[in-house]
Amino acid sequence: MSLTSMQTFIIIAMVAIGTMATRFLPFVLLKGEKSKHASITYLGEVLPYSAIGLLVVYCLKDVGFTAGSRGLPEIISILLIVFLHKWKGNVLLSIGMGTFAYMVLVQLIFN
Amino acid sequence: MVKTKALKAAFPHTIPVLTGFMFLGMAYGILMNSKGYSVGWTILMSLIAFAGSAQYVAITFLTSVFNPIYALLMTLMINARHLFYGISMFEKYEDTGKLKPYLIFGLCDETFSIICSAEAPKDVDRNWFMFFITILDHGYWVIGSAIGGFLGTMVSFNTQGLDFVLTALFVVIFVEQWKSQRNHKPAIIGIVCSVLCLVIFGPKSFIIPSMIGILAILMMMQSPNENEKDMAEGKVQ
Repeated sequence: MSLTSMQTFIIIAMVAIGTMATRFLPFVLLKGEKSKHASITYLGEVLPYSAIGLLVVYCLKDVGFTAGSRGLPEIISILLIVFLHKWKGNVLLSIGMGTFAYMVLVQLIFN
Repeated sequence: MVKTKALKAAFPHTIPVLTGFMFLGMAYGILMNSKGYSVGWTILMSLIAFAGSAQYVAITFLTSVFNPIYALLMTLMINARHLFYGISMFEKYEDTGKLKPYLIFGLCDETFSIICSAEAPKDVDRNWFMFFITILDHGYWVIGSAIGGFLGTMVSFNTQGLDFVLTALFVVIFVEQWKSQRNHKPAIIGIVCSVLCLVIFGPKSFIIPSMIGILAILMMMQSPNENEKDMAEGKVQ
């Protein structure tokens, strides 16, 4: 520990406050809006699809496609997941096999 | 009874998160321990901040010069994507009553992605179903990081690549959403806009430009339809 207990507590509080601000802000800002405001209803319908797309890219943001394994373990595993999920549609099977394949690839093949 | 039923319906949806959070939580606890922070601090952080990536970055705030404003601003930057989750869930969470504050508090990436795609079975209370998904995920994270904090550096195992389980979860949910929708534009916009911004702005600062871009394109797509609707309604009147 390089900070005092009080300082540590304040830092933890800041991380909590920062996180909660991003989670509560939309609900606070939109509160006065009519519940069936056209734009909010519209965004509620389309935004989840864009947000998951953003989240997938976010997970892969640090993958180097020009050096090292060139992102091949990620690409192969994701293709496997997409294929398995289109074929069988079993959530746990797709996630389990995809993760297993990725672990084998990074530990044994692209190490 | 209502709650037990909702818990039973919610649990299977959270199994991938259980796997991912046990591992990532443990890794976090081990890391905190190695920096000299005992398990109590780890539990406190996981309990009240409950934000995976921000907590990992926060280790650097805890091990450098004391700067709470920097910690706050960095956390806001890292977690800005949560703003999208709130807008997306605004109507879904509207009639959740006393559960609402906790549902919003616990709206992390993983919980958001599950609640996006999972529907409560007909005979299950929807609000409690969403509540249990949220609290189970929160619980896995706290317990995982506590185990890591307790074990410290005693453990060494080759789990390299196990954190991919959460990426896999998001990819699966992306595919599920793709299969359930005819209109793939929002999904494509999300991916293309984020990839473009990642290339232009780099991994550290692409999130906020991506969000602005996605919102702008989605809103531009809405307006013509709205006008059509208004015109159609005008004709009827």
